[in-house]
Amino acid sequence: MSAKSGAEILLKSLIDQGVDTVFGYPGGAVLPIYDALFKHPKIKHILVRHEAGAAHAAEGYARSTGKPGVVLVTSGPGATNAVTGIADAFMDSIPLIVITGQVPSTLIGSDAFQEADTVGITRHCTKHNYLVKDPNELASVMKEAFFIATNGRPGPIVIDIPKDVQVAQPDTDTPQRKAHARCNIPHEADIHDITKAVELLANAKAPILYTGGGIINSGPAASKALIELASLCNAPVTSTLMGLGSLPSDDPKWLGMLGMHGTYEANMAMNQCDVMLCLGARFDDRVTGRLDAFSPNSYKIHVDIDRSSINKTVRVDLPIIADVGRAIEQMIKIWKGRKLKAANLEKWWESIEGWRAVKCLNYPANKDEIMPQYAIERLYEATKDKSLIITTEVGQHQMWAAQHFHFQEPNKWLTSGGLGTMGYGLPAAIGAQIGNPDALVIDIAGEASIQMNIQELGTASQYRLPIKIFIINNQWMGMVRQWQELTFKSRFSESYSDSLPDFVRLAEAYGWKGIVIDHPDNLDDSIAEMIAYKGPVIVDCRVTKNANCFPMIPSGAAHTDMLLDSSAVTGEMDDEAKALV
Amino acid sequence: MQIYKEKSERHVLTLTVDNEAGTLARIAGMFTARGYNIDSLTVADVTEDRSTSRITIVTNGPPATIEQIIAQCERLIPVHKVTDLTEEGPHVERELALVKVTGSGDNRIEAIRLADIYRARVIDATTKSFIFEITGSPEKIDTFLTLMREVGFVEVGRTGVAALMRGSKPS
Repeated sequence: MSAKSGAEILLKSLIDQGVDTVFGYPGGAVLPIYDALFKHPKIKHILVRHEAGAAHAAEGYARSTGKPGVVLVTSGPGATNAVTGIADAFMDSIPLIVITGQVPSTLIGSDAFQEADTVGITRHCTKHNYLVKDPNELASVMKEAFFIATNGRPGPIVIDIPKDVQVAQPDTDTPQRKAHARCNIPHEADIHDITKAVELLANAKAPILYTGGGIINSGPAASKALIELASLCNAPVTSTLMGLGSLPSDDPKWLGMLGMHGTYEANMAMNQCDVMLCLGARFDDRVTGRLDAFSPNSYKIHVDIDRSSINKTVRVDLPIIADVGRAIEQMIKIWKGRKLKAANLEKWWESIEGWRAVKCLNYPANKDEIMPQYAIERLYEATKDKSLIITTEVGQHQMWAAQHFHFQEPNKWLTSGGLGTMGYGLPAAIGAQIGNPDALVIDIAGEASIQMNIQELGTASQYRLPIKIFIINNQWMGMVRQWQELTFKSRFSESYSDSLPDFVRLAEAYGWKGIVIDHPDNLDDSIAEMIAYKGPVIVDCRVTKNANCFPMIPSGAAHTDMLLDSSAVTGEMDDEAKALV
Repeated sequence: MQIYKEKSERHVLTLTVDNEAGTLARIAGMFTARGYNIDSLTVADVTEDRSTSRITIVTNGPPATIEQIIAQCERLIPVHKVTDLTEEGPHVERELALVKVTGSGDNRIEAIRLADIYRARVIDATTKSFIFEITGSPEKIDTFLTLMREVGFVEVGRTGVAALMRGSKPS
């Protein structure tokens, strides 16, 4: 048998890791790998239309299947185009393996055609990255990369492979580089800490579970454990944007999302609680609001797999570094072992019911124009019984979807949380549909965001993916306009979506079906038509133009200073407020 | 509006890291990206097989920032261990500097006398110049340089701090 080339070793490594799908785009510096991929029996290559699409599609695939997503792009612009998706995966802890071609190792540093310092550019937006200069190292680097991407806090890994290394055969006489397990794998939580946490929870008068994306990353068992823990201690549960779906929304203990556009009850409960158990969330600024007013009287327990998340923004009283799913299971075991009973939380639940009665997600009814919240509610009602995956872009529509769409299971809600990447939703939907061929995958989009990776319509056409794009079209970059209204006296600088395409004709040009909805009375029928259609559909849902997303904690305000409706939003803010993100 | 700064503390950190391409860039870049300070940084491989390097970083920041710096360093894949010598207890710090001075007459004599007091050695001499080699704590070197500035200082090369814990235990 002839010796294997670097490209062949690479593909074998992928197969050994159980990879069957690669999202990519060919180019000069990856031609040897693409040649090895030609009519490959085991690896399916999904050809995107832009490398940003490849990275986001791999994210959608990873988030919806729990497996790492694999990206293959060429050097220079191929790699730089993928950077946004890599940074997005880094912020949201999504495991990606990004293979980038590089100019031949002899030309590195010479400003060769399509050369970029990929390892330098991606150093701080990857969990780790490699430049493989020796084919002897390739197999062990690949093994290590998959280990690092998927163990501990997951994240993206870039492997930059010069073209000559793809062609060369390893010299079998030299010893292979050893793969070393260099990733701090979090141990099981310290049993004393877990016991203390359980005792605090059992004796709390006003406990709350504040959950995040870590529960999703830990795997479906973590979500099941969360349901059990919540029912044992009878504590209310809220979640970050990234953690939606870990507790079913029909659970009576579910308070809805917290934070800037979270519910009144979730934010008030966070403010008033006496014991806060943070499970796989990271006290992001969208969640905490003004730090010195954040949950001032609570004892804070923080379970996180990444030590650097502890005390980063909020000082906590009891840090527990562990896989959150394992930690919850340990807590349940201790709770049951000691036959503990939930404390009497009647008063706490009474307060919560009082906050719930505010009905913060209510919005003005409108008979003539579609309210965006109403559109999402109707979409939810029409699809809730189906095997469903929702992706979003970034902006008002994303927050409305988080508020008005409800999730019963993990891995069904794919959104760009940390980086807030417009253009995420369509490619992520492609990745999700590839990984879940039988699911109904819907990208809830805005008319501005969808144009950021609109070229991926072609990818969905090519692979016959029956994705639905539901555009909440209000002809504005809505969230930008909302902030301008709030902070800059309604000086709407460049936030109007001018010269929009005819989305129906655009859909048809790509072989999709296009549907316009422009009246509330047509919503249900048109949504039914969208679902019934076997292929991909773009729905241009023309909503009222000036609706804003409430409730809202203005940047830099405390949880107790929520704005519940638009009457509070006018005028100009001072410089301190203008400087906040 | 005004931007306020918190009070800083000086900390000496030592990192045990894999000796491979890009490790230093990873660490230095992380400091820049997150807005942490580096007052001095030294690095050299310290094992026989050249597989491991030791990095000594002198940094400053409020206590919460120092805690984050350590956690962020530990998060990097090639970093095996981070020790905060300032927290761990008594430790020794040394730095080496090469100092060039020029001059004649009284200045030249004064430079030699001061160098003698500070236990600096002459490692190069011409009729118009000296290069002194001085080892000590960063403060001692700072003081020596202040004096040399009055007697014909030309330039200085400093190594940055190397540090170890006192006693028999490794840091």
